[in-house]
Amino acid sequence: MIPELGHFALILALALSLVQAAVGLFGAQRAEARLMAAAPPLATGVLLATLAAFACLAWSYVVNDTTVANVVQNSHSAKPLLYKLSGTWGNHEGSMLLWVLILALCGGAVAAFGSNLPSALQSRVLAVLGLIAAAFLGFILATSNPFERMWPPPMDGQGLNPILQDPGLAFHPPLLYLGYVGFAVTYAFAVAALIEGRVDAAWGRWVRPWALAAWSFLTLGIALGSWWAYYELGWGGYWFWDPVENASLLPWLAGTALLHSAIVVEKREALKTWTVFLALLAFGMSLLGTFLVRSGVLTSVHAFANDPARGVVILCLLAVFIGGGFLLFAWRAASMVPAGVFVPLSREGALVLNNLLLCSIAAVVLVGTLYPMFADLLLSEKISVGPPFFNTATLPLAAPLIGAMAVGPMLPWKRARLAPALLRLWWVALAALAAFLLCLALEGWRLGPALGFAAALWLMAGAAADIAERLALFSRPRAAWGRAKGLPRAAWGAALGHAGLGVTVLGLAGMGLATDRLAALKPGEAVTLSSYEFRLESVRDVQGPNWTARRATLAVTRGGRPVTVLEPDRRSFPVARMTTTEAAIHTTWLSDLYVVLGEERDGAAILRLHHNPLAPWIWLGAAVMALGGGLSLSDRRTRVAAPAARLAAKAARA
Amino acid sequence: MTKKRRRLWVLLLCGLGLGSATALTLTAFQDNLVFFRSPSDIAATAPAPDRAFRLGGLVEAGSVTRETGTDGRPTARFTVTDGAHAVPVTYTGVLPDLFREGQGVVTLGKLGPDGVFRASEVLARHDETYMPPEVADALKRSGHWNPSQGAAPPASSWNTLEPARRNGS
Repeated sequence: MIPELGHFALILALALSLVQAAVGLFGAQRAEARLMAAAPPLATGVLLATLAAFACLAWSYVVNDTTVANVVQNSHSAKPLLYKLSGTWGNHEGSMLLWVLILALCGGAVAAFGSNLPSALQSRVLAVLGLIAAAFLGFILATSNPFERMWPPPMDGQGLNPILQDPGLAFHPPLLYLGYVGFAVTYAFAVAALIEGRVDAAWGRWVRPWALAAWSFLTLGIALGSWWAYYELGWGGYWFWDPVENASLLPWLAGTALLHSAIVVEKREALKTWTVFLALLAFGMSLLGTFLVRSGVLTSVHAFANDPARGVVILCLLAVFIGGGFLLFAWRAASMVPAGVFVPLSREGALVLNNLLLCSIAAVVLVGTLYPMFADLLLSEKISVGPPFFNTATLPLAAPLIGAMAVGPMLPWKRARLAPALLRLWWVALAALAAFLLCLALEGWRLGPALGFAAALWLMAGAAADIAERLALFSRPRAAWGRAKGLPRAAWGAALGHAGLGVTVLGLAGMGLATDRLAALKPGEAVTLSSYEFRLESVRDVQGPNWTARRATLAVTRGGRPVTVLEPDRRSFPVARMTTTEAAIHTTWLSDLYVVLGEERDGAAILRLHHNPLAPWIWLGAAVMALGGGLSLSDRRTRVAAPAARLAAKAARA
Repeated sequence: MTKKRRRLWVLLLCGLGLGSATALTLTAFQDNLVFFRSPSDIAATAPAPDRAFRLGGLVEAGSVTRETGTDGRPTARFTVTDGAHAVPVTYTGVLPDLFREGQGVVTLGKLGPDGVFRASEVLARHDETYMPPEVADALKRSGHWNPSQGAAPPASSWNTLEPARRNGS
């Protein structure tokens, strides 16, 4: 009964979203106030119906309803409750439902908090969101219905992929989707602006909080995924330039560019067409990401879905929304005239440089990600593009980006001179140089990590210099406190975001100094890795809720003093017939000790030991970036002009 | 600034961005594209010795030997076959959980002058029934497996080094 209710709610949501799209577009075109007023309640209706459908699916998972095919394929009664719940979105059908739920949530937010928007703009935005929701609801109902029944019901489900049974991954998809789908709102704003043929500062003020919220969630989602790959896959790495990882990086790059160019629209009324283009691009990349992950066209460690028929449908949706958006752009973009002067050497010029470099990086990553697919289709040549390609192709573009990141905020709007800005950064440059030389002195001739430390210091000290400059900390230190209280939160947020990237780069540079060692140890034997001694004490059998494991116990000492006891697992999941390695990690914040248990032979256990300096800061830096985004969202300016930010902040707290 | 000059600036910047991205992509592609080769491909044309590529096929039955080197590092030797030809592989490191004889496997590494493939990575998926698509393709090309006729044949029948055993089984 409950699954049928969910199915019905899904159909209801489809019908409502179709009406929402028609009423919004038609009403705005004819300036019919009554039709336009119908759009927000319809969006709320879509939200309620989708929420009901999602709740029904979650209920089926929690009670382990084995008459529902989706539950049978992805769940098992022996699974802990958290993973029963997260199993709801741990599969293709459920994750698409989550995608639509978040989209409906965004629509509901625009409906609830957009009452001070021009009504034509609001109903057009809601119409575009309704159109997207209708397309994806139709896709779910036609090709991947999560409520399909199964008769006769089997005794129990087949279980969830064990490497997905993890708290980090339970929350990774919702965060990632909040980011992906958040860009649907900026896309809807861009399409509405194109239809109206008008982009002004108010539009920029409206778009920026949405871009900021989506970007913050996406940052957190990517960081969580990377962290999961680090501790769960057991390879000791944090980023593999895997197609699915790239699929989430592409909207992040486009979104970062959008975030910055929206500032220019808001402050200077310039770069309008470009910002609209970026808004279309960011959502295009999000859809592409969904397509790559959900269609299984790419072989990848993360690709869990494999169904070409669904891929074709998502590809068609991608073509319609992106092709449609860009067609509209080509047709209408000329009607948007820039206002005011534009001088290359100025704050807005620096932001153009930022956009240029970010888009170049995105283009390189896009080509590297899609090339194997096209080579296979067109040349029938099996090719893979690995980390060396991405490193050599993106680093030369990232270096000037990081260099400009500290200088840009120092430049005034309209017209600037480079020399005063650089002069104010002298101590920042000195700090970076000191980090560079210190690393070379301590670690020997390791140019890559040394440059990384220099870049990290450059970014963090640069952010501090930006704040110090705004507070006039050095010229008038007495007034600094007063100025600090008066400084808009957006300024604090921007500095924090830039500093957060610096923290991440610090972690990356530290990982450049990581060492690892492979050893076959019998109980009682020991091995040393960068001044830590690892002694294997025992290997024994352990019984878990839905797995059995071999567990090694290692005592770690440094200079004779005990540091910690590490217990890596090698788990076998009988239901899924899979084996996973569970790494044991001890972190001191300055470094991670990381041990993986391999196979056993001749009474010896094969262990892979890693010493990863500064590893936790990679993900903490991302959290700092997201925090900067949140702080910027809470700025009075966005709150007064665009109440939608309030919702995003509320969502961030929830 | 006049409209004309602004347009010139925009074009120049876009050209610069696109140009540098293209140049970087092309140079990086030149050195870093990793091709997939089946054992039959290697028998047909020997790959360049200093270039990394991916070798895939089935792990031949009875070919896996494990030893511990003088420095305590575990090394595995095995043979990767697509039915028609086979290539010996050495790998130092922790083998994936589902590395078995007869299992489809993809390895990344370089071919030594002695004809032994030195793998730096061995990829086997976390799923017992999984067959890497490249390997499936290689098996089809060598005419040893038609996927429409069911699962891959048992590993023992792939043994190319000992033809007698293949005929006997």
